[in-house]
Amino acid sequence: MSVMGQGVRRPRRLVLHVVLVALAVAMLYPLVWMVASSVKPENEIFTSHSLLPTRAEFANYAHGWSGLGTSFGVFLGNSALIAALSIVGNLVSCSLVAYAIARLEFRGRRLIFAIMMGTVMLPQHVVLVPQYILFVKLGLTDTMLPMVLPKFLAVDAFFVFLMVQFLRGIPREMDEAAMVDGAGPWRIYRSVVLPQMRPALVTAAIFTFIWTWNDFFTQLLYLSSPAKLTVPLGLQMFLADTGQSSWGAMFAMTTLSLLPVVLVFVCFQKLIVEGASTSGLK
Amino acid sequence: MTTVEDVSTTREATAARTTRRRGRRLAGYAFLSPWFVGFAALTVGPMLASLYLSFTEYPILSPPKWVGLANYQRLLTDDPRFLSSLQVTFTYVVVSVPLSVAVALLVAVLLNRRVRGAGAYRSAFYLPSLLGGSVAVAILWRQVFGRTGLVNWLLGLFGLHGPDWVSDPRTALGTLILLHVWQFGAPMVIFLAALRQQPRELYEQAAIDGAGPLRRFAHLTLPLLSPVILFNLLLSMINGFQAFTPAYVVSGGTGGVSDSSLFYTLYLYQQGFTNFRMGYASAMAWVLFVIIAAFAALTFGTSRFWVHYGDER
Repeated sequence: MSVMGQGVRRPRRLVLHVVLVALAVAMLYPLVWMVASSVKPENEIFTSHSLLPTRAEFANYAHGWSGLGTSFGVFLGNSALIAALSIVGNLVSCSLVAYAIARLEFRGRRLIFAIMMGTVMLPQHVVLVPQYILFVKLGLTDTMLPMVLPKFLAVDAFFVFLMVQFLRGIPREMDEAAMVDGAGPWRIYRSVVLPQMRPALVTAAIFTFIWTWNDFFTQLLYLSSPAKLTVPLGLQMFLADTGQSSWGAMFAMTTLSLLPVVLVFVCFQKLIVEGASTSGLK
Repeated sequence: MTTVEDVSTTREATAARTTRRRGRRLAGYAFLSPWFVGFAALTVGPMLASLYLSFTEYPILSPPKWVGLANYQRLLTDDPRFLSSLQVTFTYVVVSVPLSVAVALLVAVLLNRRVRGAGAYRSAFYLPSLLGGSVAVAILWRQVFGRTGLVNWLLGLFGLHGPDWVSDPRTALGTLILLHVWQFGAPMVIFLAALRQQPRELYEQAAIDGAGPLRRFAHLTLPLLSPVILFNLLLSMINGFQAFTPAYVVSGGTGGVSDSSLFYTLYLYQQGFTNFRMGYASAMAWVLFVIIAAFAALTFGTSRFWVHYGDER
């Protein structure tokens, strides 16, 4: 047994667990409270703080789903579509760029990669106003294109970095063999490199999903008509319109809106934590 | 067999190889073309444009009018809301960033001690950082710290009456700082990964030499982790300066009573997209850029006094 293991003796280990459990409960309690409140009758949310409702009911969900004239399903659909298109955009554009950087020889490669990494650090606010004006002039406000289009242009250079790192870690033998067989760069990319990159692609897809699903700022800027709104905007509108009056419905919809991220976390836990711990993804 | 073929067609092969190489070089640029377009149209172009706009008055409906340094001058000398937004943001960053990194470090060290169920704890602590940036959690926060919310109910059990934490100007910012610290899981997993890579022999040797857990933490763990601490501080700081969603949602977009939660980005949003003062908003964006760069440089500058890079290599 190691020294560290001996250091943690029985009573101490118990204390450690008590501390960790207490911390976990304190951190997750608000979320649990939210879920519990979402199935409580409206008048019980703030009067009884017991987690268990006298009887579970889903009236809050029905109320929240249709509460604003526009169905919450529309918001979910819009958010899902933006997320799906963003994932496609990021995977296609970032993998093309990463392949060029990691495997092809051309002048200025290092410099271009350095510039790319510089843009990762750039606060989005310094490009915000002109980008907004650009999309206004193109007549693209109140569409999802201002959110989606940049993804097809490898603007999330962070994922390029992730993929370049990944490609550098796998041997080039396969694409060299394909080259000897006369395959051009495009065929090598399509049939050799892309399949090998799968783990990096999955990680990029997961984080693109979480980021676009949670994104509020860009969507707030560009979307305005009710039928175009996304989940965060719908929730915000719900809050502004109903104020403090229908917390049950509010909690039902916030629960619903967090569910996809939680599910993704449960399914891809290992990849997410790996991605988060090796590169600061969040 | 291949060698025979090679010899017989050397010249053709060389020619083919050269064209292929040139083709590959061009291919590099072809593969990069999405990025070139994006970089020109969505990064460099807009950066130059916003720098120019920051010297103009631009109410979007009429063309920009050159005003020289007037926007910057007004920001620094004649805009009390700008100054309070700066103060709020500095307080937020200076308190919540070191605090969340410290909590992350502490919990990571505890989890690294071969506790049973470390994986489950890690997931529980990490989950909030995936959810924390969302509107849904900001709304939840508003309710947890509201007048009749969870926290005041808890205080009520002990006979205490809490304020309306989210709207009381004395505590509003505190609740947002807490929301940031709640997401300590992100730096924590980075610490955990780094801790796993630390050489065990060093710790064993130190224990044999009679160093207790606290001394081992201070003289081994901290120095070994210092580059990762720097990384987490920088990352968390850059994100902290740009925080928007919680302040917007918790205050309903206003910045709260007496601007107590008027984050910098929220004020920028108000100026640019509610008042449509695009020139002023651009100037604010560049000031933010300079502030972030300065803070990053400062943190980096001090790092040579406390960050230890492995010197055995």
